[in-house]
Amino acid sequence: MSTVLVLVEHTDGELARTSRETLTLARNLTEPVEGHLEVAAVGTWSDELRKEAAAFGVTAVHTLEHELLDADAPPAAVAEAVRQLMGVVTPSVVLGAASERGTPSFAHLAARTDLPLAANCTAVETVDDGWELTRLRWGGVLYEDAHLDAEVALLTVAPHQIAAVPATMPGPAELEPFTPELDEALTVARPVAREALSGGISLATAPVVLAGGRGMGSAEAFAVLEELASLLGGAVGCSRVATNAGWRSHNDQVGQTGTRVAPDLYLACGISGATQHWVGCMNAKRIVAVNTDAEAPMVTRAHEAVLGDLHEFLPALLEEVRSRKGG
Amino acid sequence: MRLLVCVKRVPAPGAKITLTPDGSEVDTTHLGFTVSPHEECAVEEAVRLVAAHGGSSTVLTLGPLAAEDQLRNAIAMGIDHGTLLPMEGPEWDARAVAGAIVDAVRVLEEDDGRFDLMLFGNESADAGNHQVAVRVAHALGRPVVDGVKGIEVTDGEVALRRAVADGHTVHHLPLPAVAAVKEGLNLPRYPAMRGRLMAKKATIRHVEPRHREGGLRRLRLRAPEQQRTETTVLGTGAAAAPAVADILEEVGLL
Ligand SMILES: Cc1cc2nc3c(=O)[nH]c(=O)nc-3n(C[C@H](O)[C@H](O)[C@H](O)COP(=O)(O)OP(=O)(O)OC[C@H]3O[C@@H](n4cnc5c(N)ncnc54)[C@H](O)[C@@H]3O)c2cc1C
Repeated sequence: MSTVLVLVEHTDGELARTSRETLTLARNLTEPVEGHLEVAAVGTWSDELRKEAAAFGVTAVHTLEHELLDADAPPAAVAEAVRQLMGVVTPSVVLGAASERGTPSFAHLAARTDLPLAANCTAVETVDDGWELTRLRWGGVLYEDAHLDAEVALLTVAPHQIAAVPATMPGPAELEPFTPELDEALTVARPVAREALSGGISLATAPVVLAGGRGMGSAEAFAVLEELASLLGGAVGCSRVATNAGWRSHNDQVGQTGTRVAPDLYLACGISGATQHWVGCMNAKRIVAVNTDAEAPMVTRAHEAVLGDLHEFLPALLEEVRSRKGG
Repeated sequence: MRLLVCVKRVPAPGAKITLTPDGSEVDTTHLGFTVSPHEECAVEEAVRLVAAHGGSSTVLTLGPLAAEDQLRNAIAMGIDHGTLLPMEGPEWDARAVAGAIVDAVRVLEEDDGRFDLMLFGNESADAGNHQVAVRVAHALGRPVVDGVKGIEVTDGEVALRRAVADGHTVHHLPLPAVAAVKEGLNLPRYPAMRGRLMAKKATIRHVEPRHREGGLRRLRLRAPEQQRTETTVLGTGAAAAPAVADILEEVGLL
């Protein structure tokens, strides 16, 4: 019987959404063969968490117990614990979310086991001589179908590509604590301090993003977007051209090497819509493009477009918003 | 201090990525080539660190002969030396790439001394494997932090700021160390004419890489289905403002 092991994350007594997505994908590997779906996790497990895992078909929960494995445990320590657990559980596949913590943990697990690792997968199936999988390239604008040949398959699962669905048959989710042997040296990369973002609405979660690109022409031109953002409770975004020109901080950059946003509305002003920008905003519910070029990809892919000079349009929009707010 | 920066030559697609007819590769007939913005920042940081602390910097890539262009670009920005691990044919998987880099680092360090700090892009622009830096660091027994957006070197130690969803975490690593960096670390300079002329003449060292089976083999590339949206044109210039304000009301922002 084959065992699939999933490294899950949880906060405030709830499984992370990306972990639920990963469990859903993992079930594709266990259900046809009635295999075991086991999870490994750092931190204490409440009864609520166990119930949630059970609903996703989990058969066993291995809580990784060691004083070095707390919320600040560096990925090398988590990976070493999972590597030791693999010796006991002997899984055929080990998966985790391609999250802020999952991604480096799996890189360390791959390094420590010297196994191949397929990052950012969206699908996987067992074939005669290994696994066939689909993974994201270019930040998500391209899929790669690949064959994986390995003693044990290591995969990370791309966030928000699969809908998390509970299992038709809940699992027992039995708690089986596991105590790894960890060396102090594994904690060398432990954080020594934390700096919180200054308050305000974060770009990643803002309900509306007002973004400007090369067409804005200057740092000063962003003032009107700033004002709109504060009136509407949104955040200002930008393209890489605006970052590179020094008009905006990189914290505002939307795209492959910036922030991924998914607001209710994305207003793209003077942005052409290069693939590397598009991957950052394509999950917006609605996109309105403002551009002089009716053929710009951002215009042809947007739901709505305003044609013409943004320097004429934006002040008029600000006026309109102000007067509707006042009235 | 001695620095190493690892970069990858990738095509620079515009609004659409076109594939070769058999779907095995990105069609690069009409494309220029570049490195990821993450790696541009790694190059810039190495140049700044050498300017501040003395020493020398080396840029390294595994790639086709044409990848010398990307090495020369880095040299034009101020990097001292370039090393190419020449390879042709389909992309190697991350395990194979890391193995070849480890071999090359051993050769370079044997000749000229240890690299105090090795910088990688957090993930390559095309493959996005998110693991080469960590594999190399582990093989060489050096500490590593990914997602780095701030670097400060003090006596025998480096302070790294890792970007996380709600801010930053700070990590202190003893040297030698490894960092996988992200765009935003700094604002890369535009190479000056003098640098570009020097880079043209620079000697690129070649170190033959040994290929080991990685385990992950590409079958094909596919473009995800594009949802066709009909774009509604709301108007031109200032006259379109009321229509956009209506949308703001519709989605509950006004
Ligand atoms: C590996 C890699 C990663 C990258 N990551 C990112 C990323 O994370 N984010 C990102 O944004 N880019 C990224 N890029 C860069 C990307 O390829 C584009 O170069 C960039 O997005 C273009 O920015 P832009 O649309 O502002 O500029 P341009 O492409 O120059 O477009 C400017 C647009 O403004 C319009 N315009 C000009 N004047 C006006 C006016 N007065 N009124 C209205 N419209 C006007 C023009 O018609 C044009 O459509 C990356 C590139 C690479 C190779």
